[in-house]
Amino acid sequence: MTASPAKLDSKERGAAPVALLAELTHRCPLGCPYCSNPLALDARAGELDTAEWARVFSQAAQLGVLHAHLSGGEPAARHDLAEIIAHCAKAGLYTNLITSGIGLTQDRIKELADAGLDHAQLSIQDSDAPSADRIAGYKGAFSRKQAVAQWITRVGLPLTVNAVIHQANIGRAGKMVRLAVALGARRVEIAHTQYYGWGLLNRAALMPSRAAADAAIAEVEALKKTYAGVIVIDHVIPDYHARYPKACMGGWAKRGLNVTPSGRALPCHAAETIPDLVFWNVRDRSIEDIWTNSPAFNAFRGTDWMLEPCRSCPRKTIDYGGCRCQALALTGDAREADPVCHLSPHHDKVLKVAVLAAQGEDAGGADAYSYRRMKSREPA
Amino acid sequence: MMRTSHTDIAWKPCLARGVRLKYDETRREWLLLAPERVIKADAIAVEILKRCDGTATFAAIVDDLAAQFSAGRARVETDVRALLEELAAKRMVDV
Repeated sequence: MTASPAKLDSKERGAAPVALLAELTHRCPLGCPYCSNPLALDARAGELDTAEWARVFSQAAQLGVLHAHLSGGEPAARHDLAEIIAHCAKAGLYTNLITSGIGLTQDRIKELADAGLDHAQLSIQDSDAPSADRIAGYKGAFSRKQAVAQWITRVGLPLTVNAVIHQANIGRAGKMVRLAVALGARRVEIAHTQYYGWGLLNRAALMPSRAAADAAIAEVEALKKTYAGVIVIDHVIPDYHARYPKACMGGWAKRGLNVTPSGRALPCHAAETIPDLVFWNVRDRSIEDIWTNSPAFNAFRGTDWMLEPCRSCPRKTIDYGGCRCQALALTGDAREADPVCHLSPHHDKVLKVAVLAAQGEDAGGADAYSYRRMKSREPA
Repeated sequence: MMRTSHTDIAWKPCLARGVRLKYDETRREWLLLAPERVIKADAIAVEILKRCDGTATFAAIVDDLAAQFSAGRARVETDVRALLEELAAKRMVDV
């Protein structure tokens, strides 16, 4: 073994990533105002080609990655999607397609299943069609998704439905679980909006009142019992109202990595909001080299980087100080404790936002959305 | 624990589509891969799940395990049922 450049014990350095989230493209027909993609979207011209993605997935599998999440943007916008899936399957990776459904046809879904796709995850925006289309900024999205769900289950692929919860649909969180059951999903993700990127830009129009959030959380938790053995409900509750922060990403650079359409490797999808982090590109470096040596991946690995109150906190290896991007967004310093934590000296900043929401701040809802759109001019 | 009809001796358990039992060379252990889930499978679970091919009945799987490991049939049946019912509740085994 050669000496390692950073002060990390071999256990932290040695753990292989479990998952790779591949943003195959940032192109997407929908404009959801809470999109997890960055505000500055990658243009088509800079996207990794088929051979480059194939190399990335081979290297990832070699390193120990188990799950390949094929995401975007809308991954179906890539004409080589089936080819990419076939390559992942050959490499032994478990493939999960994360899709809006737009751009998929019955034949295309069969082609993807035949290529070795293991699982499909379909987003829905609401259980009410006009509202769903308004949130997506795409007329007809809701009805199209009903058809796509049917095609997915018809070819025998397991289906997860995922829904992001916010002001405009929070009263129908339970109905969305029921819709997922009706669509034949084996699993449903009900995730309250996280406020990064587009979500942060649209926070005033998205954040629900505390009372509405509490009611929705109780309703969905109760449905876990109702639907035990029928559908698995994964519930991501809003952290602005929590006492302790979430263990973001299961710990920085601990479980997985993200590759952008143009090949930048990130410890999480929002990591580029943190200034001065140096991201390596899969065009220049191997996945193993990036995972082990990239400055961005080592910046917040382990616990050495922590400030107080995290440094002496007994929970530091439980929640890893929470989310670095949220710490930066709300305190100005990514090394601070996530201010969601009640022990953070900046906790009042979270309270202020949560109190505004609790007072029923209404910034116009859907009328005030800044829809997620590409800024650059390019042919679709 | 959810009670279902899994006590039916004619039941032919099978991992659901999208659930894979895999030996992982990197971690040197058996894993059950499912959507957003990685579950470590211990030696007993591996022996049970390898037999859940959709053709062997629940009763035949129990008989086979009891014979191969010289274990009491009642004990084996309890273990097999507990594992399969747990996985069925997670929609990882087809009922």
